[in-house]
Amino acid sequence: MAEKTFKVTSESGIHARPATTLVNQAGQFSSDITLDYNGKSVNLKSIMGVMSLGIQQGSSIVIKAEGSDAEEAIAALADVMKKEGLGE
Amino acid sequence: MSEKISGIAASAGIAIAKAFVFQNPELTIERKSITDSASEIERFDSALSVSKEELSVIKEKANKELGEDKAAIFAAHLLVLSDPELVDAVKQKIENEKVNAEAAMDDVSSMFINMFESMDNEYMKERAADIRDVSKRVLAHLLNVTFTTPASISEEVVILAEDLTPSDTAQLNRNFVKGFATDIGGRTSHSAIMSRSMEIPAVVGTKTITEKVENGVMVIIDGLDGHVIVNPSEDEIATYEEKQKQYQKQKEEWAKLVNEKTFSSDSVQVELAANIGTPADVKGVLENGAEGVGLYRTEFLYMGRDQLPTEDEQFNAYREVLEKMEGKPVVIRTLDIGGDKELPYLNLPKELNPFLGFRAIRLCLEEQDIFRTQLRALLRASRYGNLKIMFPMIATLGEFREAKGILTEEKEKLVAEGIEVSDSIEVGIMVEIPSTAVMADTFAKEVDFFSIGTNDLIQYTMAADRMNEQVSYLYQPYNPAILRLVKMVIDAAHKEGKWAGMCGEMAGDPIAIPILLGLGLDEFSMSATSVLPARSQILSLSKEKISSHIDQILQMETMEDVVKFAEENF
Repeated sequence: MAEKTFKVTSESGIHARPATTLVNQAGQFSSDITLDYNGKSVNLKSIMGVMSLGIQQGSSIVIKAEGSDAEEAIAALADVMKKEGLGE
Repeated sequence: MSEKISGIAASAGIAIAKAFVFQNPELTIERKSITDSASEIERFDSALSVSKEELSVIKEKANKELGEDKAAIFAAHLLVLSDPELVDAVKQKIENEKVNAEAAMDDVSSMFINMFESMDNEYMKERAADIRDVSKRVLAHLLNVTFTTPASISEEVVILAEDLTPSDTAQLNRNFVKGFATDIGGRTSHSAIMSRSMEIPAVVGTKTITEKVENGVMVIIDGLDGHVIVNPSEDEIATYEEKQKQYQKQKEEWAKLVNEKTFSSDSVQVELAANIGTPADVKGVLENGAEGVGLYRTEFLYMGRDQLPTEDEQFNAYREVLEKMEGKPVVIRTLDIGGDKELPYLNLPKELNPFLGFRAIRLCLEEQDIFRTQLRALLRASRYGNLKIMFPMIATLGEFREAKGILTEEKEKLVAEGIEVSDSIEVGIMVEIPSTAVMADTFAKEVDFFSIGTNDLIQYTMAADRMNEQVSYLYQPYNPAILRLVKMVIDAAHKEGKWAGMCGEMAGDPIAIPILLGLGLDEFSMSATSVLPARSQILSLSKEKISSHIDQILQMETMEDVVKFAEENF
């Protein structure tokens, strides 16, 4: 089990385009990966799950991974968050 | 060998491209019990993978031709098809409830569509349309139905269709769709009106185009003369390219009039305004030098979705139009639904005579929640520009008084809430029902303006359904009966110091324009692309000279006499 908290810095929050990149990345790993936001937890491999949260700028999110490649998953997702300018 | 198919010129210009034959698939979902859930899941998996393959191809193409930005939407569509929340839910449903894949997919996707649509965010609401598009593709494969969507077009084409609904046309990508031709429809059908506001060449009412032309065949759409050339020779292509050049040249001449006011040769000023359907159309209005918006059809805000637009959504749209028009007059027509414009989510019963039925102001006065929401949005937006509110389909003074009373109530409520509302909003009516034209003198004492809606006024006066090809010969804008009604309305307005406009197709018609000028029409509202040709025409017309012939014209016996006289003399 690995997890990391991010502060969303992107002006438009996390919407379609960056969400697509995040979900695509999450899909590369066998671990179960979730995203917690505002008391709700969704499957990070689900584009509709992530989109449905409507994550806004300034909010805090937690990404959790559980499984054999959990550590790698979190590292890779943190990388995407940074590269896409979503948050750190 | 090329073949020439004739129709009605709906939107000017020439388009030369491959044909894309668009068919809206009939997706009838039958709920069935199944026993072999494993093979049902397999069927679902294979529909998914075919859909993914198709979307990948579309995505690659869009990527190459449109750039990564525009292709991103297809990447999102692909992810929806791999979404475990969707895929697993469908499979579980098949497994646990022993239903067929079609029913399971329909249930689950509807659930997601509803979820996104109920969100409090415009952007999210639009995503519901994405899910709907993707689901349709999968369902079409499950049902073995050929599936095409205008949104999936990713190369330059001209679209050939039986007809295009407003939501189809709204989805057309202007980068790729160079023109279109339809089997049915006339100059005033929705597809024709949309083609003019999108400024793409179109020919409608060809009757046979989808039958005669296959996907991928080269065609020329001649929206100037109303022809479609199928399989053109190189010579023909060259001829039409030349024709397009000439048309461009003429357009450049017209373009010099963009910032001019509109005067006749004897210095009588009139206002040329444009008709719009969405805030996006304002760009065309300004580029074509219109002096205002004479008709903003608000029903497009209500169409192509599953529920009513909220007050805020409407407010944003109205505000955007008012702000972009920078103080120029904007006539916004309240909801005109019913007739040929249906809203599935209102669950209105089918009527035998929808054009004579429960529509427009009749519906709004009954379903007051819908009406009041729109009026509040309009009132809130009023301080951002020069708003005029217009009620459609008014048949009696009582209806106008009731509608205006509701408007006043909503205004008072807003003011009490401390919200700023403009004090100079003009309130007028569409004149499209003969009873109202006849009683115009009485109405003129209470309304601030009239706008004559000729499309409906002609259909009601001639008792001829404008959607029915067989009675289309009765659609006679120049019939003296129509001209006499128009005169009654204009005279009645002027007697009370009010203004009279026209927002039907007739207002932009080169044959009608001189007569309307002679009758004293103050405002002409037309498709944006007709504004500059109209301004150029009016510059050369003497109002005084035409006015001296008006009595003679009104005494003529037939439409043909009127047309002949106008063509020879003006």
